[in-house]
Amino acid sequence: MTDYNSSALVVIILLPAVGALLNGLFGRRFPRWLVSTVGCASVGLSFALAIWAAYFVFVSNGEERLRQDVYSWISTGGLSISIGLTLDALSTIMVLVVTGVSFVIHIYSIGYMEGDPSYARYFSYLNLFVFSMLILVLGDSLPVLFVGWEGVGLCSYLLIGFWFEDPAKAAAGKKAFIANRIGDLGFLIGMFVLFGFAHTLSIDGLAKAVASGAVPTVWITAACLLLFVGATGKSAQIPLYVWLPDAMAGPTPVSALIHAATMVTAGVYMVARLSFMFALSPTASAVVTLVGAVTAFFAATIGIAQTDIKKVLAYSTVSQLGYMFIGVGVGAYAAGIFHLMTHAFFKACLFLGSGAVIHALSGEQDMMRMGGLRRKMPWTYWTFLMSTLAISGCPFFSGFFSKDEILWKALSTSSPVGGWVHTLAYGLGLAAAAITAFYMFRLVFLTFHGESRIPDGVHVHQEKPVMSWPLAVLAFLAVVGGLPGASMFHVHWFEHFLEPVVATANVTQKGFASLQSSEWWAAGGSVLVGLLGFALAFNLYLQRTSGPGYLAARFKRTYDLVKNKYYVDEIYEIFPIKFIYYLALGLWRIVDTLIIDGLCVNGPAYAARGLGYIGRELQSGNLQVYAFWIFIGFSTLLLYLAHGLGLI
Amino acid sequence: MISYDHYLVLALALFFIGVTGVVLRRNALIILMSIELMLNAVNLAVLAAARNMGDMYGHGLALFIMTVAAAEAAVGLALVLAMFRHRRTVNVDEFRNLKG
Amino acid sequence: MHSGFPILSLLLWLPLLGAFAILMIPSREKGLIRNLALGFSLVDLAIAIFLFHGFSSDDVGRQFVEKWSLINGLGVSYHLGMDGLSLLLVLLTAFLSPIVILSTYKAIDDRVKEFFFSLQLLQVGVLGSFLSMDVFLFYVFWELMLIPMYLLIGVWGGQRRVYAAVKFFLYTLVGSVLMLVAIIWVYLEHYKATGNLTADLFTLYGTKLSGHAQMLCFAAFALAFAIKVPMFPFHTWLPDAHVEAPTAGSVILAAVLLKLGTYGFLRFAYPLFPEAAAFFGPYIAVLAVIGIVYGALVAMVQPDVKKLIAYSSVSHLGFIMLGIVALTPMTVSGSLLQMVNHGISTGLLFLLVGVIYERRHTRLITEFGGLAKQLPWFSLCFMVATLASIGLPGTNGFVGEFLVMLGTFNSSVLDKLLGGRAYTIALTTVAGLGIILGAVYMLWMVQRVFFGPLSKDENRRLKDMNLREAIVVIPMIIIIFLIGLFPNLFLGKVQRSVDHFVGDIGRRAGIIETVSNDTKHKADKLVLDSPEAKHDRDH
Repeated sequence: MTDYNSSALVVIILLPAVGALLNGLFGRRFPRWLVSTVGCASVGLSFALAIWAAYFVFVSNGEERLRQDVYSWISTGGLSISIGLTLDALSTIMVLVVTGVSFVIHIYSIGYMEGDPSYARYFSYLNLFVFSMLILVLGDSLPVLFVGWEGVGLCSYLLIGFWFEDPAKAAAGKKAFIANRIGDLGFLIGMFVLFGFAHTLSIDGLAKAVASGAVPTVWITAACLLLFVGATGKSAQIPLYVWLPDAMAGPTPVSALIHAATMVTAGVYMVARLSFMFALSPTASAVVTLVGAVTAFFAATIGIAQTDIKKVLAYSTVSQLGYMFIGVGVGAYAAGIFHLMTHAFFKACLFLGSGAVIHALSGEQDMMRMGGLRRKMPWTYWTFLMSTLAISGCPFFSGFFSKDEILWKALSTSSPVGGWVHTLAYGLGLAAAAITAFYMFRLVFLTFHGESRIPDGVHVHQEKPVMSWPLAVLAFLAVVGGLPGASMFHVHWFEHFLEPVVATANVTQKGFASLQSSEWWAAGGSVLVGLLGFALAFNLYLQRTSGPGYLAARFKRTYDLVKNKYYVDEIYEIFPIKFIYYLALGLWRIVDTLIIDGLCVNGPAYAARGLGYIGRELQSGNLQVYAFWIFIGFSTLLLYLAHGLGLI
Repeated sequence: MISYDHYLVLALALFFIGVTGVVLRRNALIILMSIELMLNAVNLAVLAAARNMGDMYGHGLALFIMTVAAAEAAVGLALVLAMFRHRRTVNVDEFRNLKG
Repeated sequence: MHSGFPILSLLLWLPLLGAFAILMIPSREKGLIRNLALGFSLVDLAIAIFLFHGFSSDDVGRQFVEKWSLINGLGVSYHLGMDGLSLLLVLLTAFLSPIVILSTYKAIDDRVKEFFFSLQLLQVGVLGSFLSMDVFLFYVFWELMLIPMYLLIGVWGGQRRVYAAVKFFLYTLVGSVLMLVAIIWVYLEHYKATGNLTADLFTLYGTKLSGHAQMLCFAAFALAFAIKVPMFPFHTWLPDAHVEAPTAGSVILAAVLLKLGTYGFLRFAYPLFPEAAAFFGPYIAVLAVIGIVYGALVAMVQPDVKKLIAYSSVSHLGFIMLGIVALTPMTVSGSLLQMVNHGISTGLLFLLVGVIYERRHTRLITEFGGLAKQLPWFSLCFMVATLASIGLPGTNGFVGEFLVMLGTFNSSVLDKLLGGRAYTIALTTVAGLGIILGAVYMLWMVQRVFFGPLSKDENRRLKDMNLREAIVVIPMIIIIFLIGLFPNLFLGKVQRSVDHFVGDIGRRAGIIETVSNDTKHKADKLVLDSPEAKHDRDH
């Protein structure tokens, strides 16, 4: 691999930062058009520059990297961290996705946030988000990556709680930050473990140290698992996924930004970036696979019963991220990243489409009060449909290629930990694919088809061009985005492009893996279950509209369980939240106030004061009492002397 | 026959009466009078001793004590008068301002 | 090393000159008194910056030394000096002084003259403690700090100020009296061993004490400093003192006075009794970690913002102590930096709480809510301080915490002290919980104070920060990002001193092999990795 110096990288990063600063500090004095211009142009320029820089990587087929050492950040006591940026094949994909999709979302936001009084603050946060995410994907050492890692956590906190006057929304922001922090601790400790053996935290240095065997395998596994804890926080996997559905409290473009282009993809990116370690640890990879598979299935089932349009998409995001983790878990790092990219396109489109619907209905999010919007919002409908086909795995749409690549890799390989791992992941992934098709078409049918259930008096706004064009661009990408990796048509460009960067996993190919026909059969299976989900949704929500109500009543307990998201939030509320709260209260009231302060500190003080009370009675200030005591004392002395002299 | 011892016992008794007065009474005038009583008890003892030893210094000492007692009574009564003017009472329990 | 001009004396005594100048002014000239105090503190800051600039990072010894004999017969001397351990703290003290003074322009209107006199006197005490290189001189300054601080809390404090002031005074005095006994003990032991009466700190470093005496003396010093830090379970004076003290008092208390505890460990307890330090190390480490988690938990349930920040200090100072115990170059420089960081971020939090207290005369969290709408700039500043406090990368808090945690996790010294790698890992992991809990209590407080609806009518009339308040706050914010983004400006100055310190203590404590190998290995690494080395190789 050849390195070239380039100072373009820092400019790519800094442009959004400058935009954030300008809008953040002076935005309130700016006119609106200037705020939007600064906000969009900074990311747009960054995107343009990224394309220019990416060109060098593309022409070399991923063999060349652009590098930049900005400055030495921390260097003391054996630690040396410099702010270094690297644009290799992996970060090229990420940078393009991040800046590109973010740019589209910025444009869309001009329309969506039009009437908001905190317009400048919004764009400032949005730019800050892109800035953090770019640091994350370009950073060439774990600490720099971590800067972006925590940065996106902060921005999600700010943006989810953007409408902070609503306490629930502010709380959702806080929840996101804290769930992320829990993961971040894992990430930090993972870094500490690696530093102990490798004495460096730069990714190149770690790769070298790992390759030279400086890090024992058991510690690689430990570090990978700890880093993956960080990934479960950032990428919303079990058990830390709970923040993501609540994150819907933010403005809808923010949901698109967080859940499609930035933030949640960070965990997948990190695993792919550190594939040289994960590939060496079958145990860690198996854990990644299983967590991903279980999350994919589990979140998909929750998506079935939600009626809030954004909540469905939120659980869909969690589920799709599960797929990506199956991908990077089974060693198909390129496939994981491929799905990340296609998901960014269609999920951004879905969120923005749902945003258009919500905007049109003046903030209504309940699908039960929608319906029949197809004719009133044709742009939104068609783009939404394209993306739904993509996420459902309809043949030749982007999601079809990426999802099938992952499922195929899970099916055709076997983990050293045990053959059941990948098979189970495949099974759960396949089931999740069916459910995905079901809840996505349920969403489409409830929102756009059928009779309008929109309450009287709600005026459906027309779509604005500034919001429609981003939808069209994203829908286009959602349709064709899968072509670079259409492996069943012998297009392996994407995989080859990432080959120099990602490691080869320690998995065994099954016998049928080399047969082209078996890949076709597997794809056929996925399409079949997708059709099944579609047919069920079609039947229940278009043909027999009484069906869902009947089923909900028939299987009431199951329905309630799913509708209430398996009560996970409620369980977390008791443990650890309430538990820690009362523990803290107990510590304060009992240990601090009672034992330390009451007993050990004020205890001696009160004892001293008590002695003083006794003592001061002798010193009453009453001369007569003194005289009395003098007299008594003197008399006693005299008597004693007289006795001693033998007088008495 | 009244012996030297009788004088001493009388002086002792007077002195104790004086002490009791000083310790127990709260009226400043009575306290002053009790102090006088104690002083005079001492005078009596001193005079008796002087007489018994045939020594004239004892008489001189008694005269001194009387002088001091007179001076003390004058100052003491003046203070009591001042106290009375200030507070309209001569009960010493009322004058405890300095007590902590 | 003697420099010609007694610049440290100038730095040290200038505030006293200021204090006497203030005494000369009639009390009714409040404005003049304030401006005079501000002027003196600014000059002091200029001197400190000059010293920082002139400080040579290559010299591991004391610099700008001044030494005159004070009491010949007893070997007590007026001995001032500055090295890497005290450099940043002196700078911090001088930096905060004008900020604190400016912050009180409106808040203190009663007995202004006495207030600024006390403040200047406090400055002398603090600077003297940092600069003294003679144990008796140090003790004098150490005790000198107590009185003005006692007055600041007791006279200008809140409702329960007398209780808080007395508690603060007695708590601190208990420790320092024991410390005096230990000082005298070491002093006499040194006399017995060498026949030479001296209170010079660096001569006393070489005193060989019997094991038993070392333990007792270390315990006495450690108690005095642990109370000042404050470490669990000696912390209960702090919340009371903070809550009752006026804003200026809280800022100085949190930012500077607490650092004297941690500084004391580095300057006195560790070098004087290295073997005892190694013996007590595990206990201190465990107490530090308990303090981290305990402080964070208790902070979470506080109804009063100031009390919350006070308990958060207990948590943050736990990290600093952990770094000191772990005794590697990385952790000690991390701890030194974290002392400054905590001073800045917690100081800023107290200043901001003061700003809102001046307007609303309450600090109860439940009295607020939705302030972000009414006070956008104030909220922004508070947010920055919060993020620095919870150690977000890019702010100063991250760098310090990261160095301490990373170094502690991989500290072979701590492995040896605790008797196993597993214990170190467990201890660091538990300490890591403090990072999560830190986010929990700070963000929960921010949420209740700044977010949600603006429900209280009193809060609707609040005005955002004025120019004076902005001038107070902005330098602090600049420093937060300066340290966060360019920590090498400060770390580079002290790195050699820290390396020397760690090597010296490690050798004398009998944990030499591990330390030296550790340092050497990492130092080699450093040379290989550093850009300068690359540059050198190329030419």
